[in-house]
Amino acid sequence: MKQNRVKESIGDTILRLLTLLMAVSVVGLIIWVGWQMFASAQESIHTFGWSFVTNRVWDPVKQNFGALPFIYGTIVTSVLALVIAGPIGLGVAIFLNEMAPAKVRSVISFLVELLAAIPSVVYGLWGIFVLAPLLRDHVEPWLAKWFGFLPLFQGSPMGLGMLAGGLILAIMILPTIAAISREVMAAVPDSQREAALALGATKWEMVRIAVLAYAKSGILGGVILGLGRALGETMAVTMVIGNRPDILPSVFAPAYSMAAVIANEFTEATYNLYLSSLVEIGLILFGITLVLNAFARLLVWSVARGPKGGHLV
Amino acid sequence: MISKKGKLLTGVLAGFLALSLVGCGTTAPSNPNAPTAQAVTLTGAGSTFMQPLLAQQIAEYSKQNANVTINYQGVGSGAGIKQVSDKTIDFGGTDAFMSDEQLAGAKGGKILQLPMTLGAEAISYNIPNAPNELKIAPTTLADIYLGKITNWNDPAIAADNPGLTLPNLKISVTHRSDGSGTTSIFTHFLSAISPEWDSKVGKGTSVNWPVGVGGKGNASVAGLVQQTPGAIGYIELAYALQNNLHHALIKNKDGNWVAPSLDSASAAAAAFQVPDDMRVNIVNAPGAKAYPIAGFSWALVYQQQSDKAKGTALLNFLNWAIHDGQSLAPAMQYAPLPTNLVSREEAMLKTVTYQGQPLLK
Amino acid sequence: MKGRLRKYRNAMMLGIFLLFTLLALVPLFGVLGYVVKNGISALNFDFFTSLPKPMGVSGGGMANAIVGTLILIGIAGLLGIPTGILAAIYLTEYDRVSWLSTAVRFTTDVLTGIPSIIIGIVVYTALVVKAGNFSAFAGGVALAIIMVPLVIRSTEEMLKLVPQTIREAGYALGIPRWRTILRIVLPTAAKGILTGAMLAVARAAGETAPLLFTALGNQYWSHSLNEPIAALPLQIYQYATSPYKDWHSQAWAGSLVLILLVVILSFIARLAFRSRKNF
Repeated sequence: MKQNRVKESIGDTILRLLTLLMAVSVVGLIIWVGWQMFASAQESIHTFGWSFVTNRVWDPVKQNFGALPFIYGTIVTSVLALVIAGPIGLGVAIFLNEMAPAKVRSVISFLVELLAAIPSVVYGLWGIFVLAPLLRDHVEPWLAKWFGFLPLFQGSPMGLGMLAGGLILAIMILPTIAAISREVMAAVPDSQREAALALGATKWEMVRIAVLAYAKSGILGGVILGLGRALGETMAVTMVIGNRPDILPSVFAPAYSMAAVIANEFTEATYNLYLSSLVEIGLILFGITLVLNAFARLLVWSVARGPKGGHLV
Repeated sequence: MISKKGKLLTGVLAGFLALSLVGCGTTAPSNPNAPTAQAVTLTGAGSTFMQPLLAQQIAEYSKQNANVTINYQGVGSGAGIKQVSDKTIDFGGTDAFMSDEQLAGAKGGKILQLPMTLGAEAISYNIPNAPNELKIAPTTLADIYLGKITNWNDPAIAADNPGLTLPNLKISVTHRSDGSGTTSIFTHFLSAISPEWDSKVGKGTSVNWPVGVGGKGNASVAGLVQQTPGAIGYIELAYALQNNLHHALIKNKDGNWVAPSLDSASAAAAAFQVPDDMRVNIVNAPGAKAYPIAGFSWALVYQQQSDKAKGTALLNFLNWAIHDGQSLAPAMQYAPLPTNLVSREEAMLKTVTYQGQPLLK
Repeated sequence: MKGRLRKYRNAMMLGIFLLFTLLALVPLFGVLGYVVKNGISALNFDFFTSLPKPMGVSGGGMANAIVGTLILIGIAGLLGIPTGILAAIYLTEYDRVSWLSTAVRFTTDVLTGIPSIIIGIVVYTALVVKAGNFSAFAGGVALAIIMVPLVIRSTEEMLKLVPQTIREAGYALGIPRWRTILRIVLPTAAKGILTGAMLAVARAAGETAPLLFTALGNQYWSHSLNEPIAALPLQIYQYATSPYKDWHSQAWAGSLVLILLVVILSFIARLAFRSRKNF
């Protein structure tokens, strides 16, 4: 267009447009994914309307589909994972960032990142052959013995179920929570710490007053990112959750997650309404993770000043 | 130094551009008419019920026909039906024959359903220290799967097994989590003997289970039974035998206690006339020796093939499988197909065409 | 008195954080310990050279799955890494602050959190059903989509570290902008970019869910990218949920190989990063 520029500007135009295209394609990609799913879910959306998310029946024979059992299973396992991994992940971050000597820090942070590098399917394998028998034979009977008065810990110990799913997820999201908490803590200016110490604070008081208070929204963001990862995690959960679309109060009970039902039934949904219902579950999952991630990123950005990557392996 | 790296990166970029062009080319439907001189790869998917036998048949067949590779993925009968209907695979496997509605939805025209084998479904259980061949009456089985009987020491189970003391152990019901022909056979049986099951749950490749834990594929259910004390599950007999799982005796329509075996499955099949379209259910068969939870497993093939080389290879393999390939069946406790059925199937295979020409000579 | 209480509380809290850190390492050693213990005993020559045996028959290996995984991450890398690098160039070199680049950055971050199974659904609908077959190519595309946001973010970080003076020096010499970017800026940050790319590849190598509906799996060698292909994670999943003892031990062995692959890729990446820190 601007022909009065030097002739190399053609190369410039090409590169600029090419990179622009790639950058825009990322935005396009996410819109396309959402649109694709929305379009394929139309039949289910029209047939069931809002009752889809409140219906607790999943019956391919009678063509009656509801997502509630999957939403329930997903939320219970993810919350369980957060309750376990949240404090531990934060503890790891504090230890690494505020307490550990440099050498220990690099070793341990490497090890924690290694935890994130282990593929989901390997956690599933370990869950089936190590974790589930351990839960069935030792942990669940013990919980039932001492806390059996709570509906949460009643029922027969089977190993495979929401507790196993929650524990596996806790292990898997721990590195995310630890890494992002650490990142936002590292963004806390040292002057904050020095000020607290100068006032005679102990180390813990310094962490509490200067670091945690300053970084709390970022840490919350990290925890929410962990939650997002737990919600969408597929393979390990499919392998240990028990794959049963039901809503039971006990964490020993088998359940089903949204991602797991898609993994199990997506290629075999033999009629359109069935397929469309599965895609709608995917659409709900997409929507939830989208909102959670967007919210969490805003929180992390607000502390760690501008868009920074908190990516792990 | 820098310019060297620069060249490398520019090369990577150029490579990417070239690849993205190639990529656009491959996303378009590929050339079905290209004469693939020798090597042919067939993709099949579906039933895990017949997978142990089919896997051995494929292994044996490829020893004699090195140019043909057959990739069969056990993803469940529901997936076999779905993927063959969508034409994403070359043939499907199912133990629940396709309904008229499903046939009408197939993208590639008429689908032929060929019985590939005949098998019995074992009711396997894992009760520590209990003997093999526990007797389980059909109504008891239905009540276990309805969640009405929840402990192995239930009087209903004890009544059929006098002299045997079963432990106070919770029954862990296992079933399939994927769309399954094995489930279809099992639920057809339960619907046949229990009106309550029929009205509450019904029959099909995927049902709304009242109780239990789900596993994907026959293998996975066998794994669940093996790993969970107190578990019960329905699996194709070969899986029970390969893994030394106990199986129950089931009372048949004539009132006899029968074990799952190739003979009792054959006896069940003999009680029925197989119609021209080969679609037949053989659950709860009459006959003194008939095992009540048995069924055929079908291969799903389009009558009009769209690729000559693939179509020819597929028909040759299927024809071999229903003839010579049957010799592998008994060792794995699958019943060989009855001879009169084999000749009818061969006639059926001869109706498969490519551009109007039959492929099997 | 009060001071002592504060000191106790301090010690207690620090102790708790230490304890939590140790606790976090328990599952790591638990998982790795079992994988190494069970995996090594099942690893043998056949595992790397043979095809899987039919179910119930012992022996065989995962040769095709190992190669399959390498092919899949190869396709994913070829598609995903250049896309990511180009998008990152736009964000750092052409448009650092506009609403568009903020939107792209934001979407990129959000995209990393989208469950991989959803990518599987979309690629199945868009590629597998349209093309009429499951394929290595479809699997590679799904993995590429997972890699792209990771590559963009890491590349962007690296390009930001390139001093502005280097660019200005380029312009001052009359080198056009695009050549400055491709021949000067990119090579300066090359190591860091490759590190990020390698980490993204490592992440993709372990993905299972998006391959279920795209690559499908294969017991044999694939002859073209247009056919279903085996992959280590798929094979591990299938073997882990089977009842066969032999397959269980092969699943452990497969896990060991997969983890080694991932760790080696990450390790190479880390080493490369270390050596460029003094920049």
